Amino acid sequence: MLFHEQAQAVEGGPPREAAASCRPKLSILSLYPELLNVYGDRGNVLSLVQRARWHGIEPAVTEAGLGTDVDAGQFDLVVLGGGQDRAQRAIAEDLRRYKGPSLAAAIEEGLPVLAVCAAYQLMGHFYRTADGYEIPGLGIFAVWTEAGKGRLIGDIAVQAELPGRRLTLVGFENHGGRTHLGPGARPLGRVLRGHGNNGTDRTEGVVYRSAIGTYLHGSLLPKNPELADWLLQAALDRRYGGSVRLGRLDDRIEARARSVLLRRLLGPPFLRLS
Amino acid sequence: MDRAGRWQDMSVDGVSREALVALWAGKLAMLVSRSLGRGGTTWPGRLATALEPRLLDRLARVPARGAVVITGTNGKTTTALLLSSIARASGLQVVHNLAGANMSSGIVSAFLENVSWRGQGRGDLAVLEVDEGSLTGVAPAVRPKAVVVTNFFRDQLDRYGEVDGTVRQVRDGVERCGAGTQLVLCADDPLGVSLSEARVPLNGSAPWLYFGLELPAADGASAHLTADGSQCVRCGSPYHYQRLYYSHLGHYACSACGHARPAPAVYAREAQTEADGTTRFELVTPAGSRTCRLKLPGLHNLYNALAAAAGGLALGFEVDRIVEGIESASTPFGRMEPFSVAGRAVVVALVKNPSGFNEIIRTIRSRPGPYHVVFALNDLAADGRDVSWIWDVDFEQLASPGSGELAWAICSGRRAQDMAVRLKYAGVVPERLVVEPAIDRALRRGVRLLPPGQTLFVLPTYTAMLSARRVLALDALPRASAGR
Repeated sequence: MLFHEQAQAVEGGPPREAAASCRPKLSILSLYPELLNVYGDRGNVLSLVQRARWHGIEPAVTEAGLGTDVDAGQFDLVVLGGGQDRAQRAIAEDLRRYKGPSLAAAIEEGLPVLAVCAAYQLMGHFYRTADGYEIPGLGIFAVWTEAGKGRLIGDIAVQAELPGRRLTLVGFENHGGRTHLGPGARPLGRVLRGHGNNGTDRTEGVVYRSAIGTYLHGSLLPKNPELADWLLQAALDRRYGGSVRLGRLDDRIEARARSVLLRRLLGPPFLRLS
Repeated sequence: MDRAGRWQDMSVDGVSREALVALWAGKLAMLVSRSLGRGGTTWPGRLATALEPRLLDRLARVPARGAVVITGTNGKTTTALLLSSIARASGLQVVHNLAGANMSSGIVSAFLENVSWRGQGRGDLAVLEVDEGSLTGVAPAVRPKAVVVTNFFRDQLDRYGEVDGTVRQVRDGVERCGAGTQLVLCADDPLGVSLSEARVPLNGSAPWLYFGLELPAADGASAHLTADGSQCVRCGSPYHYQRLYYSHLGHYACSACGHARPAPAVYAREAQTEADGTTRFELVTPAGSRTCRLKLPGLHNLYNALAAAAGGLALGFEVDRIVEGIESASTPFGRMEPFSVAGRAVVVALVKNPSGFNEIIRTIRSRPGPYHVVFALNDLAADGRDVSWIWDVDFEQLASPGSGELAWAICSGRRAQDMAVRLKYAGVVPERLVVEPAIDRALRRGVRLLPPGQTLFVLPTYTAMLSARRVLALDALPRASAGR
């Protein structure tokens, strides 16, 4: 490995970007970034922004917190992260009131969404706390969650089945809630190592159209660049009707990080899976 | 006969057989551990406690001036070191647990070291760094005179779940301290201040003492990165910050319910960093103000100094001795600790959570670039198994083309690859990134590649820091002695 102290400083790295005027654009909505940002979920937005740039796309990020009325349908991609219990009730109410209705409608017509942990729970039917109180969710995902005894914590590997795509995902989970899939709900994937939705049925997450709910932190998208590109492609398809196709980036650094973790979790045979 | 009471100058015939057996077993274990060349700071304590569960209660009665406990997320080790230095400046002999050995077995070990084979105690005051999760067990046995809580940040969430859970554990611990314990809390940290609502038995005086900063807001401080304490601890609404120092520390008020930062009794004003990296500040206390010079750089260390000063006041030390103690304290190991290897300057700074890491980056950036950095990221239990916290660290500050001053970064440790991914997404071009998981090789490579006159910054997590120090001490010694 060489160091280029002067020469490569600006020019090196990802592919050269095309002239700004004709670049495709992509608008990302980050919901409650100041409240839903535990366990490094901020990395998901960083990953989408950087990869979009490296693909020659011009990204713009809009943040919306409590009390703001936004129309999710005006955006190409929506990202929500995990949060602490304290934040969850306030967000549940705010979602129902301001952002939820447009989010639900846009997901029906193909808006890609990534909802991690607390946000995943709030997009289901309800979250039942340890004392029996039910926080109502948006009901976009046909899942429901109840508080469990003890937290499900650790590295996790998942065999994911996305529309048109099969991926091995890695991440870190840390959740007290147990999520159960209702009739018609399609899991994001099968747990290879770790706990997943509830620690018992080996399912992890949920997929509905192009919206994904999952317990994977890590951050998820930087660790799994193929999933990041799947979301970006879904966003571009919705906006440009299939006329903009993503190329391949040099993901060797990411691939090495994944394989170190997969080897640790699954042992050498993981090679057969990918 | 009250046997426990006689422990203080215990002789063989004055002590219960169980206690003495446990004591000998523990001390013997320490000898064995040392002769095997291992640090062995916790298992002798664990063994002794297994033989006599009430051993810590008894050992803690040895120091005549009692004990002071330091807990919180960041800065425990540095605060404990400063407070020990203050106690020594006041003429006391100090019992102190080693950094990292801050769960109850490590604390038992610290006391065992200061008790003779016949059970006679040494030491006037115990200064104990206690892990947030161990306070509930340690507090009732030790019955500290004061508990200093540095702050609450996101740290090792895999162990404690969420920050709110950590606060709850410390609160439980505080409530078990017994009558007369004084709480020393950071006024600028709303999560710390929430401990003032703990049910602490009163003994006449106010049970808490606040410390904080009275400085202009810091440049570039941003609350958006960490949500640990930016919502009101009473009603959950977002705080409004009049001044923000870093993370969620600052002058806050809740416009919904009125919960606001209390005025600190001990504070710093007019702080400035000198050319040599020391911090000069005016220390204001109810017992008078003094100018004070702190050898450690950064706002986080200024908070540590204030925590130690307030702790010193709670224990009844004089202001002049407090200043003397702070000024004469040595650098705690692995906290911006300087080494000289093959004539090259190396600085090791422990990193363990986003706010601490951001402060270290800020401290590095206060020096002229370009920067040469070895990152060492481990994910063992003592580091925290989850490494996703690195995504909350503002590496963009080091990597953005505007500053453009990161010459190169070598990523090492068990999760070296994750670190490299993080830096790539922060904008570091792959040509400037090296992945070398073995910490010794990474360090030697860093020293070799370092241009003369520059400083190599080594930023390790806890267990990686222990490895890095071992390597650097080995490499540094021959040169250092030859040079003198």
